Amino acid sequence: MNVAAVTASRATTQSLRTGGNKDRNVASLVFLCALWFSLFFGVAVLVVLIVDTAIAGAGRFDANLFTNYESTVRKGETGFRAGILGSLWLMMSTALLAIPLGIASAVYLEEFADSRAWYNKFVEVNLQNLAAVPSIIYGMLAAAIMTILGYTYQGIVLGGAIALALLILPVIIISTREALRAVPQEIRHGSLALGATVWQTTWRQVLPSAVPGIATGTILGLSRAIGEAAPLIMIGVATVRFDPAWLTDKVAALPVQIYNLASAPQEELQQAASAAIILLLLMILGMNALAILIRNKFQRNW
Amino acid sequence: MTIHSPTSTTDEILDVTDRTEAVNNGDASDLARTAPRGPVMETRDLNVFYGDFHAVHDVNLSFGRHEITALIGPSGCGKSTVLRSLNRMNDLVAGAKVQGSVTYHGEDIYGPKVDPITVRQHIGMVFQKPNPFPKSIYDNIAYGPRVTGMKVTDMDAVVEDALRGAALWDEVKDKLKSPAYGLSGGQQQRLCIARTIATRPDVILMDEPCSALDPIATARIEDLMSELKTEFTIIIVTHNMQQASRVSDRTAFFTARPDETTGNRTGLLVEFNRTQDIFEAPADPRTEAYITGRFG
Ligand SMILES: Nc1ncnc2c1ncn2[C@@H]1O[C@H](COP(=O)(O)OP(=O)(O)OP(=O)(O)O)[C@@H](O)[C@H]1O
Ligand SMILES: [Mg+2]
Repeated sequence: MNVAAVTASRATTQSLRTGGNKDRNVASLVFLCALWFSLFFGVAVLVVLIVDTAIAGAGRFDANLFTNYESTVRKGETGFRAGILGSLWLMMSTALLAIPLGIASAVYLEEFADSRAWYNKFVEVNLQNLAAVPSIIYGMLAAAIMTILGYTYQGIVLGGAIALALLILPVIIISTREALRAVPQEIRHGSLALGATVWQTTWRQVLPSAVPGIATGTILGLSRAIGEAAPLIMIGVATVRFDPAWLTDKVAALPVQIYNLASAPQEELQQAASAAIILLLLMILGMNALAILIRNKFQRNW
Repeated sequence: MTIHSPTSTTDEILDVTDRTEAVNNGDASDLARTAPRGPVMETRDLNVFYGDFHAVHDVNLSFGRHEITALIGPSGCGKSTVLRSLNRMNDLVAGAKVQGSVTYHGEDIYGPKVDPITVRQHIGMVFQKPNPFPKSIYDNIAYGPRVTGMKVTDMDAVVEDALRGAALWDEVKDKLKSPAYGLSGGQQQRLCIARTIATRPDVILMDEPCSALDPIATARIEDLMSELKTEFTIIIVTHNMQQASRVSDRTAFFTARPDETTGNRTGLLVEFNRTQDIFEAPADPRTEAYITGRFG
């Protein structure tokens, strides 16, 4: 290496080290600290909440929690059987209502609708807004629908399912549309150029390719629905002491039961509520994990 | 398919009501094969607009049976636009508008009773970028015959024929059930050609089918085109002058002319002739400038 090259390289290193970089370093350090603090704050609050709840409910992780109905007499053995079964019933019927409707709407909007028509634009804008509507509003809407349908007694599976389905419909529609949009246009064109109809193209090419994305979005929607109490309270879901057997049976729900017990004055009931909260969290965590699993397993790079 | 009188056949080729008949006979292109001699397709004063943008102006072309016609010209002169309007793929572009007429065996493919799905069953298309379906090699080929309702007694034979026709059989015969995405780019493109010929179209449109391929894969596809021309009528867009002169029988040269008022570049047909004439004795100075590389 000759002298000129050495000086040249030194000059380069020097120029890299001088200038206003120090100010920037301080600023970015401060900014980084702020980011870390925000992250720490969020996570810390969450951890404290979960640990606190887990400790409070630790004494009640027993079989009674799952097999017993709610009891205000034998408070130490009160259970969430009705709530757990009720939530499962609600989930199933919500899924049956919301998934076909949501996917069909998304397919219409993505594959068939003329996006320039005013009515489709109107739907589009409303869809975005619906996703932001407070869940309690959907409870009121479902209550009104139930009245129109002629169901006079409250808190039945169907009513809860309608409320929750309405709640997660926008989520399902939006995530399905994203999954459909991720299918490359070339696939559609390839199919249409062979003389397939739009319907055949959608059904045989686009939808199968979008299934992982649709499944992920749907499960995330359902895991939001399973934790909701407000819309269910709105349609009169309350405590019951039997297992639901049909859509028109009165039903309990885990979040509603938790809500009721957590505000009870008795220590044992609050303890049971804490245990149920952890149970609910585990259910939601499980569903989210499933969604991530599906996404990773079927992820396709076009 | 029994023999029709020439006029009635011509009238019925793209008639929607006729589609079931064609499908029942298992071979949509039978209809076209019984049609009278003369050009397979013709465009008359074809104009295409994308919204307000006038993309191509007054294109008059005619495509002869069992001929390869090459569309050449600088980028943006509307070659793909013209090609897509020949099998109504332009219908899929929002805001695209076609004026003038495109006839297939004398019948306007933009006529009121014509179903674009039927048009595309007769006039297939191969794209610039290989676009196999995310399915097995076998299912890629079988898809077309299945969705178009072709009566197929032996799908395995259809698949084999198509793959042989596209000179791909020997390379894939042992892995028909494996995903098409596992093939090389050149193989994928031949798979797309195989997929198209499996539906027995009459005309095959190809939009720069070799532009994503290396010279060897390109040579294979060029050989393939010369073989396919005995059965099909081929219209190909290419940027490769050599390719146009090697494979095509006729060549259409397009260019784009800026509009005086708006400055929009509207494509127009400059010269359409036998390929030999275009390359050896171009009549228009713009053609000569382009093929000798002094332009575009
Ligand atoms: N979908 C579309 N929407 C609006 N304008 C378009 C669309 N497709 C093409 N155009 C315009 O039409 C003109 C012709 O485009 P086209 O793709 O047909 O050109 P081309 O000759 O195939 O070019 P290339 O050789 O680069 O492929 C261009 O000005 C282009 O911008
Ligand atoms: Mg092009």
